[in-house]
Amino acid sequence: MTVDASRGADAPPELVQLLTPEGELVEHPDYEFDLTAEDVKSLYRDLVLVRRVDLEAVALQRQGELGIWASLLGQEAAQIGSGRALTEQDMAFPTYREHGVAWCRGVDPVKLLGLFRGVNHGGWDPAEHNFHLYTIVIGSQTLHATGYAMGIQRDGAEAATIVYFGDGATSQGDVNESFIWASVFNAPVVFFCQNNQWAISEPLEKQSRIPLYRRASGFGFPGVRVDGNDVFACLAVTKKALQAAREGQGPTLIEAFTYRMGAHTTSDDPTRYRLETELEAWKLKDPIERVKAYLFKNELADQEFFDRIEAEAAELGKSVRTRCLEMPDPDPMEMFEHVYAHPHVLLAEERAQFADYLAGFEEEVA
Amino acid sequence: MTQLTLARAINAGLRRAMEEDPKVLVMGEDVGKLGGVFRVTDGLQKDFGEDRVIDTPLAESGIVGTAIGLALRGFRPVCEIQFDGFVFPAADQIITQLAKMPMRSLGAIRLPIVVRIPCGGGIGAVEHHSESPEAYFTHTAGLRVVACANPVDAYTMLQQAIRSDDPVIFFEPKRRYWEKAEVDLEMDLAAAMPFDRASVVRQGSDVTLLAYGPMVKTALEAAVAAEEDGRSVEVIDLRTLSPLDTATIFDSVRKTGRCVVAHEAPVYSGLGGEIAARVTEACFYHLEAPVLRVGGFSTPYPPSRLEEHYLPDLDRVLDAVDRTFAY
Repeated sequence: MTVDASRGADAPPELVQLLTPEGELVEHPDYEFDLTAEDVKSLYRDLVLVRRVDLEAVALQRQGELGIWASLLGQEAAQIGSGRALTEQDMAFPTYREHGVAWCRGVDPVKLLGLFRGVNHGGWDPAEHNFHLYTIVIGSQTLHATGYAMGIQRDGAEAATIVYFGDGATSQGDVNESFIWASVFNAPVVFFCQNNQWAISEPLEKQSRIPLYRRASGFGFPGVRVDGNDVFACLAVTKKALQAAREGQGPTLIEAFTYRMGAHTTSDDPTRYRLETELEAWKLKDPIERVKAYLFKNELADQEFFDRIEAEAAELGKSVRTRCLEMPDPDPMEMFEHVYAHPHVLLAEERAQFADYLAGFEEEVA
Repeated sequence: MTQLTLARAINAGLRRAMEEDPKVLVMGEDVGKLGGVFRVTDGLQKDFGEDRVIDTPLAESGIVGTAIGLALRGFRPVCEIQFDGFVFPAADQIITQLAKMPMRSLGAIRLPIVVRIPCGGGIGAVEHHSESPEAYFTHTAGLRVVACANPVDAYTMLQQAIRSDDPVIFFEPKRRYWEKAEVDLEMDLAAAMPFDRASVVRQGSDVTLLAYGPMVKTALEAAVAAEEDGRSVEVIDLRTLSPLDTATIFDSVRKTGRCVVAHEAPVYSGLGGEIAARVTEACFYHLEAPVLRVGGFSTPYPPSRLEEHYLPDLDRVLDAVDRTFAY
């Protein structure tokens, strides 16, 4: 079997795109470009900052400060575009790669590192920023998002949920079940699939014979494919889908057509299964460069602006690094703390025994 | 007092919980119009509406997974899994999400979800309708696992499980659904025995017989029969399988010096093994004999024409009791 090096690099005709890789606006019959210069600059800032956080996290992993990291490199536009479409009342359910969405929700990036450093399994309160915990089991969170959306219906609230998952996840039973549930209950949920072309080493054709967004029609709701490297299009498409959900029009599947520029995680070696030329083709579609080109060409930002964002990114990277290193190891007894809400006789017994055991070492030292 | 079958007692418990707390939902396959295949939820949808008694698509992972989402939104779902052997599609959501999410959130999330599972054999059913999967769940930290054995406990323990902020796997002994007892529907739940306690259901002095769910009735019958042989059997209904109420078990075994555990589930790697280890560790100097187990064989649950041989009946329980006196 031959590998098509440019696979996916040519925009398929059904792709919603508002901004070309060269930074040119394109008209779309269903989606309007309505952003001010300030909006665009603010999106640009988010794109650059989350890429910087990601870069820092990769470096921290390489230096042994994180056990592992799942890089979002290349998927910034999909995440910032969709993340910025959310209102405060909306609820987001991420995988373990949604660092950009977390940023949009106001979650401190250092909070994300805890899981990867191994000091907790997540540890933030989802209600604080309406951003659920990272879910590692592939696709599980699609059902949580759908159930949450059913709760929104019962509360009569004007809100929606958005749930993130990848191309590989679309093969999971839970994802398909969530499509069915969302459909029959008309739940206000937006399924945001970042098709980054690779599920670790498996290319999309191992998951699907049809474009993923077309799966939606079989479940009875709209599916749309958006240029996942186009932050304008991702924002517009997600906004519209969320608004439809809030207005009682039910779910939408968005397939953000993008590319995982890095490895699956820092433990992965993509040179074993994909060609460098594929990466090179996608580099030309970089989500940040096209926004920069747009700002430059239209004289909406000067060099001082870009320098300022770069400086801010460097500062953020430094802060993330410092605070990561300062993250204390948890107390050994903490593993017993949050398992149950109510007193639990077995856990209390084990905790007491383990505390005694640990105390024995202290006595020896003394 | 009202005379109720165990199935009606669960229905009454659900009804009272739903009346008291508008956040309580019932969800599962056929739980609405039909009232469930065992009619346990009969009439609830008519009285509480389709938004609170939800006929779900036929997908068990979906039931538990969406229940988690509803709980995150502040609801208290009670999920019905139609039969024990159908819980496995939901096992992933139960084990990887329901049990682990509270710790994952460092306690910020609580998941007050009850998963009701009719369990056990003895109803002449086809494959997958007669299993006892409790050990899969007692092995999973983060869950509470309980089993009711009579209408009164069915009524109270279910309501306690619904009020618990921890996820609870609630086993119902399906072959006892039609057993009747007097139930006080007005009872004060706070005054009832907490659902994480075992109950001594028959006093005795010679041997402790531990059972739960459908086997409690068998154990009590065995105790009556043993009395004719001059043996005084103390029967404990475990009620809570995770955590175990070891204090009640140990008190009894220290008194009797002998212990037999009976369950329908296969003996190998079953709850009886855990109990035997713990009793041996805590009551070693009081034991006159090793802890003996009686239960299902290491075969898949057999076809119904053979189930009477597979299920530990009165005679097999008595045989174990006899053997414990042979040491």
